[in-house]
Amino acid sequence: MLARLGIFVASLLAASLVIFVITQALPGDVAAAILGFGATPEQLAAKRAELGTDRPFLIQYADWIGGVLHGDFGRSWYSDIPVATLIAPRLEVTSSLVLLGLALALVIALPLGAVAALERRQWQGFTTSALAQFGMAIPAFWAGILLVFVFAVTLRWFPANGYSPLARGLGPWASHLVLPVVALGAVQGAVLIRYVRSAFLEVLGEDYYRTARSIGWTRWRALARHGVRNAALSLVTVLGLQLATVIVGAIVIERVFVLPGLGSLLLDMVGRHDLIVVRGVVLLLVFVVLLINAAVDISYALIDPRLRTSGRA
Amino acid sequence: MKRAELWVGGALVATVVAMALLSFVWTPFDPTAVGSGTRLAAPGWPHLLGTDHMGIDTFSRILAGARSALYVGIIAVGIAALVGVPLGLATAWLPRWASEIVMRGIDVAYAFPALLLAILLAGVFGGSTETAMIAIGVATIPAFIRVTRAGALSVLSADYVLAARASGTPVPAIAARHVLPNVAHLIGVQASVSFAMAILAEAALSYLGLGTPPTVPSWGRMLGDAQTYLVSHPLQAVWPGLAIAAAVLGFNMVGDGLRDFLDPKLREVA
Repeated sequence: MLARLGIFVASLLAASLVIFVITQALPGDVAAAILGFGATPEQLAAKRAELGTDRPFLIQYADWIGGVLHGDFGRSWYSDIPVATLIAPRLEVTSSLVLLGLALALVIALPLGAVAALERRQWQGFTTSALAQFGMAIPAFWAGILLVFVFAVTLRWFPANGYSPLARGLGPWASHLVLPVVALGAVQGAVLIRYVRSAFLEVLGEDYYRTARSIGWTRWRALARHGVRNAALSLVTVLGLQLATVIVGAIVIERVFVLPGLGSLLLDMVGRHDLIVVRGVVLLLVFVVLLINAAVDISYALIDPRLRTSGRA
Repeated sequence: MKRAELWVGGALVATVVAMALLSFVWTPFDPTAVGSGTRLAAPGWPHLLGTDHMGIDTFSRILAGARSALYVGIIAVGIAALVGVPLGLATAWLPRWASEIVMRGIDVAYAFPALLLAILLAGVFGGSTETAMIAIGVATIPAFIRVTRAGALSVLSADYVLAARASGTPVPAIAARHVLPNVAHLIGVQASVSFAMAILAEAALSYLGLGTPPTVPSWGRMLGDAQTYLVSHPLQAVWPGLAIAAAVLGFNMVGDGLRDFLDPKLREVA
C-alpha cells in the first residue's frame, strides 16, 4: 500500500513536470504577449517580475507546485482571477458528466457484454458484437450533435445546451444532462462491451462456472453469481484506464452542449493562451486519472486477497 | 466470419484511401473555393450532398477531407511506431528494475490521452495539423512500447533466440532478425487500431478548431461548421460524421480481422 502511494506521488510529480515544461515552452515572452506591442521595457520588466517569469526554471516550478499543494494554482494572466476560483464552480458540471457517463457506459456494457459472451455463437452475440464495433466508430461529439437535432430541435424533449446547477433542483439539472451523458456514455459503453465480453468469456472457462452449471444453475444465474465478482478485477482495471478517455471525451462534449465545465474553461483559456489556467486545469485532470488508477491498484487487494502480498501482476 | 471482418474493413479502408487519392486529381467542384455554389443548397444535382454555409460543394469537401484524416493518421502512427517499437524491443532486454521504471513511465503517459496532450500543445503553440499529429503520435507511443515489449518477451525465451544468443549473435541482430519478424503481426494490429484512434482524435481536434486549419477540408471541422446550421440544414451534419465513422470502423475491423487471421490464440482477447 505504501509502495503504491509512493508510486502515485512520483507519477504525479513526473506528470506535473511534463505539464510545466510544455507550458513553459511558449515561444516568445509572456509579458510581451499580455501587454501588447506598445509596452515599454520598464513595463515589460515589471510584468515579468510580477508573473515571476524572470526567475530560473526550477524556482518557478517549485513555486508553482508549492502553491498547488496549498490549493493555490496562481492567478489568470489576463483576468487576474485566482485559477482555483475559476475552476471551483465548474467541478460540479464536469464531475456530473463524467460520473453519469461512466455509469451509463457500465449499465449498457454489463448486460450486453454478458449476452455477447454467453450467446457468442448465436445471432444475439454476433449482433451485440457488431453493435459494439459500430458504436466504437462513432465520434461522441457527432452522436451529441445528432441527439441535439432529434431530441432538442425536433422533439423538444430536452434543452439543446446549457446547464442548471443541482442546487436549483434535480429536474432541470437532469434534463440538461440527459443528452450529453447519453452521447458520452453510449459510445463509451460500446467500447466497454468488448472488455466485459472477454472478461466473462474467461469466467465461462473456469471450473467454478462449470460446477455451478453441473448442479443445475442456469447460465445467467451462474454468470451473475460467480461471473460478475470474478470479472470485476479486470473490469475495474479497464474502467481505470478508460477514465482518461471519458474525461477527454467530456471536454469535447462540453463544447457540443455549451456546458460550463472544466473542458470549456480549458478550451477558452487555450484560445487565449492563458497558460497558467491551462496548466492548472490539465494538472487537475491528470491528478484525478492517476489517483483513480492508484485506487484501482489498491482495490485489487480488496477484491482479490491473493494479490495482497504478490503485488500487481 | 472473421475473414469477412477483414474483407469488409479492408473495403472501407480502400474506399477512404481511394477517396483521398481521387481528390488529388478530381473533385466535382473545388473543395476550397468559397462561394462557388449556392449557400446551403439541398442535396441534389449538381451538388450531390448539397453545399455548406460558404457555398462549397459538400461531396468535394468530403472527398478532400479523407486526405486530412489519412495524413494525420499516417504521420501520427508513423511517429508512434518509429519510437515505440525500438523502445519496446529495448525494454524487453532491460533488467527487471529498469523495465519497471519504464512501465511506470508508461502509466504516467496513459494519463495524457492524445486529445489532452494536443489541447495542451495547442495552448502553447496554437492549434495546427502539425501539433495535432505530433500530439496524437506521442500519446500513442506507449501503446506500441507495451505491445512490442509483451511480444518480444514471449519470443525471447524461444529456443531459436537462445541458440542465437549462445552462438554469440549481437543483441541488435537478434532483435532485428528473430524478434521483430515474430512480433510484426502484433505491431500491424496495433497500427491499424491506432490509425482508427488517430482519425477520431483528429476529427475531435478539428471540430474544436485546434487541428486542421479552416482552409483545408477536414471532416471534424465540417461537423463544427454544420452544427451552427443544424436547425435548418441537419443533413450537413450527417455526411462528415458518416465519413469519420466509416473510416474508423474500417481500420478497427482490419485490426480485429488481422489479429484473428494472424494469431488464432488471441481470438478471444479484447
